[in-house]
Amino acid sequence: MIGFVLRRLAQSVFVMLAVSLLAFAMFHYVGDPVEVMVGQETSIEDRERLREQLGLNDPVLTQYARFLGDLVTGNFGFSYRTRQPIGEMILSRMPATLELGFVSLLISLIIGIPAGIFTALRSGGLAAQTILVTTLVGISIPTFVIGLFLIYLFGVQLGWLPTYGRGDVVEIGWWKTSFASWSGLRALILPAITLGVYQLTLTMRLVRSEMQDVMNTDFIKFAIARGIDYRSVHYRHALRNSMVPVITIIGLQFGGIIAFSIVTESVFQWPGMGLLFLDSIRFVDIPVLSVYLVLIALIFVVINLIVDILYFVIDPRVRLKPEAG
Amino acid sequence: MLTWWRRVRVENEMLYLFLRRPVAQLAALAAFLSIMGALFAPLITPSNPYDLASFDILDSFLPPAWSDGGDPRFIIGTDDQGRDLYSSILYGTRLSLLIGLCSVAFAAVLGTALGVAAGYFGGRFDAVVMRIADVQLSLPAILTALLVDGVARGLLPRQQHEELLLVVLTVAIALSLWVDFARTARASTFVERNKEYVQAAEIMGLHPIRIMAVAILPNILGPLMVIGTVDLAVAILLEATLSFLGVGVPADQPSLGTLIDTGKDYMFSGEWWIVIFPAAMLISMIIAVNLLGDFFRAVLNPRLR
Amino acid sequence: MEDLLTLRDLSVVYPTRFGPFTAIEGINLTLQKGEIHGLVGESGAGKSTIGAAIMGLIPAPGYIAQGQVHLDGMDLRALDAKAYHKLRGARISMIFQDPQTSLNPLLTIEDQLVETIRQHTDQTRTQARDKAIALLQETGIHDAEARMAEYPHQFSGGMRQRVVIALALCTEPDLIIADEPTTALDVAIQKQILQLIRRLAKDRGIGFILITHDIGVIAEITDSVTVLRGGKVMEHGQTAQVLGRPAHSYTRALMAAVPLLDKRLVRFTNIMDSEPKLSAPELSWKVAGASAEYASDWLLAGDRAQAGDGPVLQVRDLDVTFYGNRPFAFGARDGFKALQSVSLQVDRGKVLGVIGESGSGKSTLAKAIVGLVRPSAGEITFEGAPLPLGRDRARTHPARRKIQMVFQDPYSSLNNRRRIEQIIGEPLRFFGLAKTRADRRRLVASVLDLVEMPQRAMLKYPHQFSGGQRQRIAVARALVARPEFLICDEPTSALDVSIQAQILNLLKDLQATFGLSILFISHNLAVVRQMADDVAVLRRGQLQESGPAEAFFEAPQAEYSRQLLAETPSLAMLSATGHG
Repeated sequence: MIGFVLRRLAQSVFVMLAVSLLAFAMFHYVGDPVEVMVGQETSIEDRERLREQLGLNDPVLTQYARFLGDLVTGNFGFSYRTRQPIGEMILSRMPATLELGFVSLLISLIIGIPAGIFTALRSGGLAAQTILVTTLVGISIPTFVIGLFLIYLFGVQLGWLPTYGRGDVVEIGWWKTSFASWSGLRALILPAITLGVYQLTLTMRLVRSEMQDVMNTDFIKFAIARGIDYRSVHYRHALRNSMVPVITIIGLQFGGIIAFSIVTESVFQWPGMGLLFLDSIRFVDIPVLSVYLVLIALIFVVINLIVDILYFVIDPRVRLKPEAG
Repeated sequence: MLTWWRRVRVENEMLYLFLRRPVAQLAALAAFLSIMGALFAPLITPSNPYDLASFDILDSFLPPAWSDGGDPRFIIGTDDQGRDLYSSILYGTRLSLLIGLCSVAFAAVLGTALGVAAGYFGGRFDAVVMRIADVQLSLPAILTALLVDGVARGLLPRQQHEELLLVVLTVAIALSLWVDFARTARASTFVERNKEYVQAAEIMGLHPIRIMAVAILPNILGPLMVIGTVDLAVAILLEATLSFLGVGVPADQPSLGTLIDTGKDYMFSGEWWIVIFPAAMLISMIIAVNLLGDFFRAVLNPRLR
Repeated sequence: MEDLLTLRDLSVVYPTRFGPFTAIEGINLTLQKGEIHGLVGESGAGKSTIGAAIMGLIPAPGYIAQGQVHLDGMDLRALDAKAYHKLRGARISMIFQDPQTSLNPLLTIEDQLVETIRQHTDQTRTQARDKAIALLQETGIHDAEARMAEYPHQFSGGMRQRVVIALALCTEPDLIIADEPTTALDVAIQKQILQLIRRLAKDRGIGFILITHDIGVIAEITDSVTVLRGGKVMEHGQTAQVLGRPAHSYTRALMAAVPLLDKRLVRFTNIMDSEPKLSAPELSWKVAGASAEYASDWLLAGDRAQAGDGPVLQVRDLDVTFYGNRPFAFGARDGFKALQSVSLQVDRGKVLGVIGESGSGKSTLAKAIVGLVRPSAGEITFEGAPLPLGRDRARTHPARRKIQMVFQDPYSSLNNRRRIEQIIGEPLRFFGLAKTRADRRRLVASVLDLVEMPQRAMLKYPHQFSGGQRQRIAVARALVARPEFLICDEPTSALDVSIQAQILNLLKDLQATFGLSILFISHNLAVVRQMADDVAVLRRGQLQESGPAEAFFEAPQAEYSRQLLAETPSLAMLSATGHG
């Protein structure tokens, strides 16, 4: 167990180092921080002094080491655009994105997994075929088009739900949550559905194909030949076996959800990290971009580490060594 | 003639299944029409939407020809600039397909080469390629594309950036897709390389490159084709999304995403056609490609190989 | 006494895109309590379809076209799906071929047993658990109480098959269908499992339908047998009678193709040709100037070393160790010794048979000789000169041409995306044996002729051929390199017996004509006996004994060899009745 986790941990550290190197390269080579920070009339001497102050004349390796050190200690520097500390900027935006992502993931799992099971077991039926065609359409409609459509239908035509912003949020410490107020919850519905649809279809199709594969294995045929109840064959034997790969993909998906929230946030003017990121792209606000990059990679790596440990819990083949011979 | 027919018969299971699936046929037809429309856009459209002289701001916001106030010159109406929407859509499709196909081709070549080599040689090379893939995987497609675009903006002078925008966009999308090909190619190569025909070639002393290219590659084309089709849909979708976010194609060469982005502002004021028609075109194109991908998956069934 | 199971005029049809395919037709069969009835036949005979029809589990879109299935007088076809499912496990159960895949990997043995028992009885968990322990003990699992908490992957193959049998037994069925229950197992374990089945039939009065392709297994334990071919019954009756005095010509041909452990035949005779008949244009298509004689002359041309020139290949103190992943990021890796100081030699123009069960290292030996695997110690001498090992062997080293190999699985040893002409032509092109395309074509066609394939085969792709035909093509590919030394790694174990006999005949002929030196690897002692001049026995990477074949089969020296010979199913009772 420890060896397994250690190996995964080593891989994660490698990924984080590589991403931080990427972020550092962006920070270091794209645009000149001094140029961005000073005005037109600053003298060459002043610029040079600033350059020295910022440590930009040090060897690249020293700078990278400092960059890493800053990242680890949470000292993320300042935005070119707003001059605010990046740590604060991202922290104030993070709850909005995480809450949105969490609800979308929940939607995609709660609907996607049962629908996947259903379509796998009744693959010939009319209902299953309808669901399949619907999800194919669902996977084909770009997120932003779904958002626009929902806004048009529920916001503009029916006027049931708000179409932009988070509504009223309640502050719990520094965390601003949408969950604590009616208006906040209402504002969450459309963006969460928009973001969830794509993931939902992915989850469903994945569960379906895994489940179908498992249903074709010998041990399922043997269970049927022993007269085991079909309910148990499906849910106790087949579902559990198909969950092993499904969990991996769901882990990967959460990263996708955070990334695709960029689009959703743009459509709904949702004040999260994605919107911040888009603004930063437009203004080439490199420090914010590099910190965001590292953060996304960190979220991804942590989730995958959790998935690996889950693997360990679910699958005895990973957990226990076979007998010799 | 006889040999040709023999070749066809090798693949005849696919042909047989295709002829029995109306949905796949419909999808193939739709994809074919999109490609034809895009290919011959200049020949079958009344005006060139990229040519400022060919449209007039006075024609802006004209509804489709069949509704009140429509103009027979503009079958499905005009946009806020007075451009013929039908022409814009075909030109936009052309651009979307071009970027989609080029980025998938680029990703396929890069990913397959790395994946086959990683699967064949294994060991350190494999470890390095797969760790790079891990890093790439930790950065979701849309993020990669946005970042590449952002970096290009920072690195290139504005003028040059505008010129190279299409290339940057293609590279950005390709970079986010190569991992799919690399992982599939690697997994399939792992299976193939343990088969005895590969060992037979190795025993003889054939060059590794010949073994990979002549022996292994043709045997793993099935799963790669499935990935290619699915990724083409993803690439088109990504391009549209990036253009919608305003970081995609240049403003004077609207793609379908740009058209939808422009049109969304008028959706609420009643000029629905500006957003509906490009969206319909985009969605039907992606659906067609995805349906074809589904068909290939069912026929080639990469999992069972 | 009432019959336990009767099949009357049973037919199963699968609709395919080429029209309806009749998998079995007009099958009649009766089985008593405690009787073991064998279904034997080659692939495509419809054996497994009969099993599926009895279970009511014919995979869609197949269906029972006509006939009756009665269990204890009850008409099974009249049951609805629910009632039929209740019957499964309770009265009819099944044993699958591959114990590696037939147990759920995520549930413990206890979970699977208890669930099955409680599915069909009202027992409490504790009662069911006690019963499970008793059953595991009965099927030969020691320390059952502790081991049942383990997962399937923690058991070895033979133990898993015992668990599978316990699972099939735990509901006390009247009838068990065993579909190739020992095919995936080594002979020693096969013998134990067969004895277990025999005992269960006797002690518990369970009727068994035993599906197998192996006549040895049929001879060993069945009471009665049905011989099938192409979905039809060729012959049925008491085993001793059917196998001892076969009435049908197919049964006789089948019997003649089975290699005997106690007798070496110069050639298999009276073989039924089971390949599809070729049309006249298929046969008359010729490449100009191509013929078997041309191939034969070409292969014999030039000076070749003669038999009796001493050993062609010598292996001395060969060690091969495989390393797995490091258990931790650091630290020593576990080594698995696949071969430990193995020494043997192959004399020129002779056949050395290498015998070993799975895990004996026999394939590793072949791979080490051809350079696919790097030995950790020892040396290999070929034609008097040391062979560079592993990757040290240059791609242009002459041994790469002179040593050729025929693989086990003809479905994987030919590249499916290349035409036969390209596959056989590759060595000609690569070794520069035929410079022009026309020369290559002529040689490819001639060699195909030599291995008794129509010349027109060169235009086709591998998937258009049967397993036996593919193996002929694989032999042709090895031959055109003009090898001095041929390695055959289980060349017939993936083939039906009648095809096996044909391929063995072909190899014998070629060996005699061209004086090839052959390393013939097999787990099947009877096959080795037919082929080998000398024999070497491997077990867990170590050489047990080696020496002349006839002496070995008369009086094996090593304890392990004696055991192996004793455990191999024998057709002794048949050879006694003047078979052949």
